[in-house]
Amino acid sequence: MSERFQPVVVGRGVPDAAAPVSPKHVPHQGGAMNASVDALRTTFGDAIVRADVVWGETTVIVDPSRVLEVIRFLHDDPAQQYDYLSDVTAVEYRDLERPLEVVWHLRSLPMRRFLRLKALLPKGTPLAVPSVYEIYRGANWLERECFDMFGIEFTGHPDLRRLLMWEGYKEGHPLRKDFPLRGRFSRSEQLRQALAANPEARYSMEELSIADAFADLPADIRHRLAGGEATGE
Amino acid sequence: MATTKRTIEVELSTTGLDAQGRPRRTPLLATEGGQAVALDAPPGIEPDLEGEHMLINIGPQHPATHGVLRLVLELDGETVVRCIPHIGYLHCGFEKIGEYRQYNQIIPWTDREDYLNSPGNNVAFALGAERLFGIEITERCKVLRVIAMELSRIISHLVWLGTTAIDIGAYTPFLWLFQERERVYLLLESWIGARLTTSLTRVGGMGADIPDGWTEGLRHFVTTFPRTIDEVDAMLTRNAIWVGRTIGLSALSPEQAVNYGLSGPMLRAAGVAYDVRKDFPYLDYETYDFDVPVGSTGDVYDRYLVRLEEIRQSVRILEQALERLPDGPVNVDDPRVILPPKHKAMSDMESMIHHFKQVMEGPRPPIGEAYVAVESPKGEKGYYMVSDGTSKPVRWRIRPPSFVNLSAIPMLVEGHLLSDVIAINASIDIVMGEIDR
Repeated sequence: MSERFQPVVVGRGVPDAAAPVSPKHVPHQGGAMNASVDALRTTFGDAIVRADVVWGETTVIVDPSRVLEVIRFLHDDPAQQYDYLSDVTAVEYRDLERPLEVVWHLRSLPMRRFLRLKALLPKGTPLAVPSVYEIYRGANWLERECFDMFGIEFTGHPDLRRLLMWEGYKEGHPLRKDFPLRGRFSRSEQLRQALAANPEARYSMEELSIADAFADLPADIRHRLAGGEATGE
Repeated sequence: MATTKRTIEVELSTTGLDAQGRPRRTPLLATEGGQAVALDAPPGIEPDLEGEHMLINIGPQHPATHGVLRLVLELDGETVVRCIPHIGYLHCGFEKIGEYRQYNQIIPWTDREDYLNSPGNNVAFALGAERLFGIEITERCKVLRVIAMELSRIISHLVWLGTTAIDIGAYTPFLWLFQERERVYLLLESWIGARLTTSLTRVGGMGADIPDGWTEGLRHFVTTFPRTIDEVDAMLTRNAIWVGRTIGLSALSPEQAVNYGLSGPMLRAAGVAYDVRKDFPYLDYETYDFDVPVGSTGDVYDRYLVRLEEIRQSVRILEQALERLPDGPVNVDDPRVILPPKHKAMSDMESMIHHFKQVMEGPRPPIGEAYVAVESPKGEKGYYMVSDGTSKPVRWRIRPPSFVNLSAIPMLVEGHLLSDVIAINASIDIVMGEIDR
């Protein structure tokens, strides 16, 4: 039991030959491309639209409809082992004609590789990409936040609802470029909505269904709950 | 009032006042069996609580949630069946504001997200912006930044340890550790002039070089500080209450921890030796001699052990940084990003133009994007910046480690007791400023 009181210290103090070093004098364009790109090209062919290296990081642009396949391959293939999802986010450019980009940052901890995947969603098309929640549980809140901030729908996400903004937020998606910095509504309208909000409605439908307060609920909410509605604060 | 099955929700939504405005009280009467029932309950009817799940709300103003976190728990007796977290109470739109700021103007915002780790955030943001500008910082600047990052790792872990000890029932370590934290804040104050919101770095260098004699102050700190850690170690590590409340709590497998995207001490406690400083190094961390502590089970106790050892490793790094701190300039010699000295801006034409262009237009990085991650005390902290060639980023994304760590809390607390939820939540080391941004 005595060793239970000590953490296991990994003796990696002395760097081995394969140990990575801090990047220095990284070129703007070009440089060594991530070795996984070749495997992606041979496996997926046309689904890989483009791959380039900017500031030493490889970006692979993938056909939005095949993102899930590509990420599943990267996760499952023993030669890739991208087991860690760092981030899911999106980029909208100031040039409103440019497509919206959904960005996945993947890491392979065993291979010490880093890869950026992008899917371009042109304006005017439905903003939807497949959810990677089934592959990485860590995608849960990252995708919810991205949906909240950009309005991108992650199809297949089990619980896609707003995360940082509240459930009844009506002003749209704050990180979109057409959303003004001070909000879409005037201060007086925001104040009016805040005063009109029902402070008793602190629990979502899902939460209210936990305890058997069911009989005490108003009839319309009971009806909505019975219909399987799971959200709505 | 009849005693029917009641829930917290109904309890809270009643006003609690009678017609005269006095608080409503339900008089109780003991039955022959010794059980208390309401006086006005129909005779013979006792509340049947078997199988009833209770809804309980913790936060957002509860001190044990370490910020404005709200947890809605479904309880079966005292066991958590389900946990539904709510965040966003501190959402300020940092990422949106960043799109309207020049790169150096964003640095004060990075202070305010993970406010226990301000110097570390400043360094991380500066590293990302420098990647985007293609700037190589000076050797002295690198070592100063390592000192800043490790100092902020120490103070962040000290706050974590102190507040977690309070949550679990030990008050003394909090006082000891906050005294040590105060010494670091005095050092930071004499370096940059601010204690909490330091804004320590600039793109291409630091806000200020360390003052004369500062290294003696730091050396005194690193030689005397480990004694306090040893005292806390002696106080907690084999303490029966501490051990009893933390061992075996919310144990994690390495595969689970990786799949949930956990990072930092949360991940390492589960046995995965992923440390950004070792696996994707920056600031020449590969040349420092330090170890990565990992746990074996991933429980709350392992997270404590890992953080305690990380403090000691940070002291080791600080000692080495003090040994190697070179002389020389702190800022790069690049008039695109570094302001000229004031006397030259007022007398030399070229310097004045650089000064004017930097202040009025701001430095412009080339078109491109960069994701730079550092090992913050909470885990992998990433800054993803996209430039379209103007002086303001198109997108400034913060990858907050405690956001991703907190997203696993439903899985971590399920099946544990209500009182353990507090310990598990504390062990995640959340800072709501970073989670909500």
